[in-house]
Amino acid sequence: MITKRIIPCLDIRDGRVVKGKNFEGIRDVEDPTELAKYYNQSGADELVFYDITASFEGRALFTDVLTKVASEIFIPLTVGGSVNTVDDFDRILKCGADKVSVNSGAIKNPSLIGEAAKRYGDQCVVLSMDVKRVDGKFTVFAKGGRENTGIDALKWAEDGVKNGAGELVVNSIDTDGVKGGFDLEMLEAICDRVNVPVIASGGAGNMEHFLTLFNTLPKVDAGLAASIFHFKQVDIMELKEYLNNNSIPMRRI
Amino acid sequence: MIAVVDYGVGNLFSLCASLEFLNVESVVTADKSVLEKADGIILPGVGAFEDAAKKLSENGLDTFLCEQAKNGKPLMGICLGMQMLFDKSYEYGEHRGLGLIKGEVCDLNLDVENLKVPQIGWNSLTFRQNEDSLVKYIKEGSHVYYVHSFYAKNCDESIVAYSNYGVDVPGIVRNGNVCGTQFHPEKSGEVGLNILKAFVETAEGKN
Repeated sequence: MITKRIIPCLDIRDGRVVKGKNFEGIRDVEDPTELAKYYNQSGADELVFYDITASFEGRALFTDVLTKVASEIFIPLTVGGSVNTVDDFDRILKCGADKVSVNSGAIKNPSLIGEAAKRYGDQCVVLSMDVKRVDGKFTVFAKGGRENTGIDALKWAEDGVKNGAGELVVNSIDTDGVKGGFDLEMLEAICDRVNVPVIASGGAGNMEHFLTLFNTLPKVDAGLAASIFHFKQVDIMELKEYLNNNSIPMRRI
Repeated sequence: MIAVVDYGVGNLFSLCASLEFLNVESVVTADKSVLEKADGIILPGVGAFEDAAKKLSENGLDTFLCEQAKNGKPLMGICLGMQMLFDKSYEYGEHRGLGLIKGEVCDLNLDVENLKVPQIGWNSLTFRQNEDSLVKYIKEGSHVYYVHSFYAKNCDESIVAYSNYGVDVPGIVRNGNVCGTQFHPEKSGEVGLNILKAFVETAEGKN
C-alpha cells in the first residue's frame, strides 16, 4: 500500500538554513547537510529546499549545498526558489535534485511548465502555488504571497496539470503561520480538480492536524511543514508513529 | 567494477552517488569494451520507452546487452531500464524490448481505478522469492520509492517482490543473472542502498 508522505521544508539563504532551533545531536543547525541528515534519520519521506538567496554568489553556494546533500541522502529531493527558466531546471537537476518546484516563474511565463515537462518528464515538475481567498474566491498570489495575480487558483491548478505538472504543492496563505490546521476547504476544492499528487502546506501546528488532513481528505498525498519541524514542536518520527497507529499508512524506517 | 550504461536517458547523479556512497568502483559508459570488462551492468532509465529503446539500439547496445546477459553477466535494470528487459511495451504503441525477461509492460491507468497515475511515492514490498540475493539485506514490508505510469505484466515466474497499487505491481524481477527494480533504489533510503549493495556483491562474486 502506498503511504502518505511527511515532508519538511528547509529555507536556504547563502548556503545556510534560515530558521532552526537547537536539535539534540546537531552541532550546527544552520548546516543544511546536517539538518537534512537529521530529518532523513527521523523518517522524512522527502526533503524540500527553497533557495531564498538573492545574489549570484549565494546561488553558487546553494548549488554546492545541494550537491553535498544529494551525495549523502538518498530520498527524493525537491528544489524551489527563483526557478524561472528551463536552464534553472537543468542547473538544479544536475546537482542531484529529483524534482523542481516552480511558483512565480510559472506565473510570469506559463509555458515554463510545459517546456520543462517535455524535456525532463512530468514527474520532475512540481507546481507550487500560494493561494488566498479574495472576495470568497481562491486566488493565486505571486512573490511569496505578496502580490495578488487575480488568477483563479482552481483553474491555475487544472491548467498546470494539463501542461505537465506532475505534483502540486498547495500553500494556503490564509492558514499559513496560524498553526490552526491545514486549509481543508481549499485543499478539497483543488483535489477535486486534479488527478496528480497534492501536497498540503500551511497551517500545521500539531500532530492532530496531520491526522485530520489525511482522514478528511483521502486525496491529499502529503503534508509539508517547516517551522513546526525546525522548532521541534512536532517530531517527525513521533508524528509518523502517531499517524500509523491511527491507520494512516506511513513508511517505517 | 560496475558499469552504468550511458545512453542519454535520465539523470544519473543519484545512482552514481549511491554507488560511491557504498564504496563501489563504478563507471558511466557507452563503450562496449568497458561494459564487457565490468563485473556487472546497470541499465538505468527515466522517460519514454520508445525513445529509450531507440537510443539503445542506435549504438547497437541492445544486441550487445543481450549477448552479455546470455553469457552470464549480471545485469540490473532500474525503472524504465527494468521495463526494457521485457519482451515488449505498450507505452504509446507497441515496442520491442530486450526480451531477457518474459512479460510485457502495460499502462497502469487501464488496470487501476480511483488511483492516481503515475504512482508517485513510497510503497511496501511483499516477497515472492525471499531467498533471492537482491533481498538478502532487506525485510519484507520495507518501503521503496516509485515513480511510474507503466508496469510489468504476465511475468509471474520472474517476480521476486511486488507492491500493491490497485494491482500487484512487480517491484523486483529476476530471470537468472538478469534482474530489475521498478522503483528507484537510489531514492529509497537505506533499503535501496541495501538492494544495490546486494546486486554489486553478487556481481563481484562476494555472495
